[in-house]
Amino acid sequence: MADIAIRIRGLGKRYTIGAREEQYDLLRDKIAAAMSRPFRRLAPGGFAASTTIWALKEISHDIRRGEVVGVIGGNGAGKSTLLKILSRITQPTEGEAEIHGRVGSLLEVGTGFHPDLTGRENIFLNGAILGMRKAEIERKFDEIVRFAEIEQFIDTPVKHYSSGMYVRLGFAVAAQMEPEILIVDEVLAVGDVHFQRKCLGKLGDVARGGRTVLFVSHNMAAIQRLCSSAMLLQRGQLVRVGDVRSVVASYLAGEARGGYVAGARTGEPQILSADLEDEAGRPLEAPICTEPVVCRIRFTLPDRSPGTRIGIGVLSSDGVTVFTTNSQDAGVGCPSGPGEFDARVTIPAHTLLAGDFHVALCLWNAGALLDLQEPALSFSVDAGSSPLYHETGTRKGYVRVDCAWSVTPFVELPAGALR
Amino acid sequence: MSTQPAALPVTHIRPGTRAVSFTLGEVWHARELLYFLVLRDIKVRYKQTVLGIGWSVLQPFLAMVVFTIFFGRLAKMPSDGVPYPVFSLAALVPWTYFAAAAANGSASLVGNQHLIAKVYFPRVLVPLAAVLMPALDMLISFGMLLVLMAWYHVMPSSAVMMLPFYAALGVLSAFAVTLWTSALSVRYRDARYVLPFVIQIWLFLTPVAYPASMVPERWRLVYALNPMATVVEGFRGALLGTPGAGSMTAVSVIVVAAALAAGAAYFHSVEGSIVDLA
Repeated sequence: MADIAIRIRGLGKRYTIGAREEQYDLLRDKIAAAMSRPFRRLAPGGFAASTTIWALKEISHDIRRGEVVGVIGGNGAGKSTLLKILSRITQPTEGEAEIHGRVGSLLEVGTGFHPDLTGRENIFLNGAILGMRKAEIERKFDEIVRFAEIEQFIDTPVKHYSSGMYVRLGFAVAAQMEPEILIVDEVLAVGDVHFQRKCLGKLGDVARGGRTVLFVSHNMAAIQRLCSSAMLLQRGQLVRVGDVRSVVASYLAGEARGGYVAGARTGEPQILSADLEDEAGRPLEAPICTEPVVCRIRFTLPDRSPGTRIGIGVLSSDGVTVFTTNSQDAGVGCPSGPGEFDARVTIPAHTLLAGDFHVALCLWNAGALLDLQEPALSFSVDAGSSPLYHETGTRKGYVRVDCAWSVTPFVELPAGALR
Repeated sequence: MSTQPAALPVTHIRPGTRAVSFTLGEVWHARELLYFLVLRDIKVRYKQTVLGIGWSVLQPFLAMVVFTIFFGRLAKMPSDGVPYPVFSLAALVPWTYFAAAAANGSASLVGNQHLIAKVYFPRVLVPLAAVLMPALDMLISFGMLLVLMAWYHVMPSSAVMMLPFYAALGVLSAFAVTLWTSALSVRYRDARYVLPFVIQIWLFLTPVAYPASMVPERWRLVYALNPMATVVEGFRGALLGTPGAGSMTAVSVIVVAAALAAGAAYFHSVEGSIVDLA
């Protein structure tokens, strides 16, 4: 009882699809609807109720104080809705939650930044929005500026900042929050690698500092590094809770076995589909170590966008990125569009060891992420007739690296001399 | 049992309106955020406009010139024995504030959607900040009013002590309107087309161009149902020694208090769903 930080009981959130698309009502329509109400029954289809969906349904879970919980699940699983309810941004439709302690939520980096205000002005504004006191922000000001690495631009309006600087400043302010409970949505998807590492490090410090953390990410390696336990959401329901390794493994295993097909066309640059096949272009049923694995990705670029790159990441069953590769590595580059394209990437034979793998797909341009599907595909590689398995039957690791070996005599002795 | 020395605050999240209710305590706790929101709006406005501070003077000044020519000179409107330019400007200072605050406040929730969707804070701070921001303009244009009074040798009497009261009544009136309109315009976007029209009509219901003394005595208390009538006459009475708002004040105070209470209740009932509607 004393150790509970967040108690969630039967939490649910219903959205009306119609209302979401319409976004808002017009008084005119209200009046018109009121006038026509008596006749509604006569009209065919008059009872067509607006469709509702449950973004979250019957979530119950206790989170202990000091626990660092990863919230994982595919797109539309309800992760963000859960965080929004726990941050009090939106209300549940049913159920309840009880939160012990002050909550700091970071659902977006740089919330409330105004482009016309300087870095300095935005630090104070953003800090206040995140619930910090003015005196507290003043005390931590220098550290924020140092962490964000923007010393010389502190009095420049943030509209002149690069996206990297903007994100760094936003995170630097948020990093100074000191609530008992921290709620963090996918904030690491932005920024460069160096900064992502720095953010992860900071989040790690927070986690080790005994704070309760709820962390949403698509980055399974980050989830596993930071979190002790995880909640897996699927279509609004909590399908698995427990030790982070097992939950991540079951998430990756359950996601997208077989081909990947994008949900709906967005009109933006997008990965449309992906399949695994063999060298001859037949669907790949049972990959084995001794044969290549071909991944074919179809993507669309609605506008001319030179410099676009397509890449894949191969992940192990526990979420570690084994390697990544992109079209530029092979000097192929990418067409500039507009159009739809097929990319084929061949993972050579004798590369992957036996085991379960996942493929993440990524489309980007000049550091800006256009589409990321992680994981999009999953497959199991069988040892087959690979000579690597002849002696032991199992082998540690994920990939075979063609290393040169030599074993030569150092001292040769007669038989039994060392006994 | 808990071994934690300091009791942690417990938040209950439930469906319905109680979960994200705003309490005066919560608003007080977030007063620094209110300050920064007001500061943001002021800074942004002065950075984005060429005239900046000039606008707060220019608008009431030009209105005063037009009113003086048409109502003062041509229509020979009575002005309670005060030079018409001073008479009209003393009303235009609080009126211009009210019109600006109502417009600014009504658009505030819609304009701050990105903020509301990403972080929790007492939502009522948004319309409150939007209503307080134009008060700076009122202060500046008030300086201009003092200059004009000196020019016409109009000296305030001891009644000037009531000025802060009427200024506060003006701010509260604008806030009461805004509690309704800001919440309504999240749900009904055509509210924003209705409001400018309402403000325009409201101007004629308020003794800006004419004195309240033109309204027959027996209708005066009904007239005071419009609190801005009291605010405007109160301003004049406090500064120019005109008859002032008198008994109208009590009626308007009750109206504003009732409108604030009802507005707060309405805002409170919809603030939980602002995010889902926006």
